[in-house]
Amino acid sequence: MSIIIGVLEEGLIYAIMSLGVYITYKILDFPDLSVDGTFPMGAALTAALILKGLPPVLILLIAFLAGALAGIITGLIHVKLKVRDLLSGIIMMTALYSINLRIAGKANLPIFSKETIFDNTWLNEIVPETLVPYQVVIILLVIVVICKVLLDWYLQTRSGYLLRAVGDNDVLVTSLAKDKGVVKIVGLAIANGFAALAGCVYCQQKSFFEISIGTGTMVIGLASVIIGTKVFNRFGFLKATTAVILGSIVYKACVSIAIAMGMEPSDLKLITSILFLLILVFSNQKEKKVKAHA
Amino acid sequence: MLELNYINKFYNAGTVNEMCLFDDFSLQIQSGEFVSVVGSNGSGKTSMLNIICGSIPIDSGAIVINGKNITNMPEYLRQRRIGRVYQNPAMGTCPSMTILENMALADNKGKPFNFRRGTNRQRTSFYREQLQMLGLGLEDKMEVKVGVLSGGQRQAMALLMSTMTPIEFLILDEHTAALDPKTADIIMELTGRVVREKKLTTIMVTHNLRFAVEYGNRLVMMHQGQAVIDKAGAEKAELKVEDILEQFNAISIECGN
Repeated sequence: MSIIIGVLEEGLIYAIMSLGVYITYKILDFPDLSVDGTFPMGAALTAALILKGLPPVLILLIAFLAGALAGIITGLIHVKLKVRDLLSGIIMMTALYSINLRIAGKANLPIFSKETIFDNTWLNEIVPETLVPYQVVIILLVIVVICKVLLDWYLQTRSGYLLRAVGDNDVLVTSLAKDKGVVKIVGLAIANGFAALAGCVYCQQKSFFEISIGTGTMVIGLASVIIGTKVFNRFGFLKATTAVILGSIVYKACVSIAIAMGMEPSDLKLITSILFLLILVFSNQKEKKVKAHA
Repeated sequence: MLELNYINKFYNAGTVNEMCLFDDFSLQIQSGEFVSVVGSNGSGKTSMLNIICGSIPIDSGAIVINGKNITNMPEYLRQRRIGRVYQNPAMGTCPSMTILENMALADNKGKPFNFRRGTNRQRTSFYREQLQMLGLGLEDKMEVKVGVLSGGQRQAMALLMSTMTPIEFLILDEHTAALDPKTADIIMELTGRVVREKKLTTIMVTHNLRFAVEYGNRLVMMHQGQAVIDKAGAEKAELKVEDILEQFNAISIECGN
């Protein structure tokens, strides 16, 4: 039971970030590596601000905005300075490593016994005894559902339509007399906002910031998006955003199965990347089969 | 009125591969004209459209629309008054969005793309009407993704979408070249109707000499960055395919083709 709870917790935290990767990878067709920097940035900000005594809920918002700002910078590097998409992300990711160290002050910043969205006096009063083991999962679920509903809503607005159009056919966006660069920047802002928000939630749940937590964030996000869209899209009634959230949980489940089968926790990133590779190869083969039958 | 004044455009300027595309090229297009542009490959037809739309920069010269110099205006801003249909049917629509969503996108051109709902359901009957005009049965497939439509269907939609909101100029860049002859005829008929009904100033680049002769009230033949034939009004009306074919062959021989 505790393993399942653990998988759900991890899966839901990374689901927030995966929604962001869904925007960049699936909608914008932009392989954005800046999430490897914005995820820990959200965590670093959170640790620093919680120690300053800011309300944990407000920090969620601050983290999102800070992530969005980083996304905007990645976008500006790509659009205005005409640097290739992958390189823009790498530049931002590398720069953020130092920035994150500056924000946190050191490579490892614990915030144990501080009030967070998961552990505070108000919650301790209202949550009944029987629900306490599920408290974290329930709170995470609420956050993830809010993010999903907001993103679904946004993608149905006029602005959201443009975002979907720009990854699909940016010539059309120009034909609509809109600057496609601005639309891309908006997309990157939202995506990195989600990544930093996920980092913020991660930090509040684990009660610490650690500089290396960002490594492989994009791989996890991509794996979730690909599992989600390839596996769960067969059920036509599921929205892509829902599929991505489920993908994230399935992916974390696979990782914890690998660890339960005897891998060391230090092998985590190795497992992460090998699993991702398997998913990529597997989903490629499926596509070939579909084409062969067509 | 659209004016191209003394346009100079070189590719690879300053290298051994320097190629002169336009050398003091000037062209004026009056409001309400439907200009067919023909010419061999590399004669500068599509480059001319790209220069008008701002897709490629020019070395010197001026592009003036209704007295306003737009030479330095970015491409996307020029598109406010311009509708453009490309040779590639995929360029004018969004494949992963539905027909209804595509129509809504085009309908919102010129309006702010804010947080209001992307598809205004009250406009659905208007979209249906517009699609009915095409006679392709698309009005019954509003929830279908555009990616599954055929090239001809997509091109018909692209034409519809680019002329849905008020524009001054319609730019057609070999928009029937990728279609089979029958579909090309349908799209061309549709083009003629839309241009007539909306009284659009139109520039159509085509390799189809028959279309160039049958449609439009002015014909321009381009060769090495110059307009070698430019006939309008009665002169254009008398023009036959054979006349321009003769000229075309003369040019081609000259080039050694």
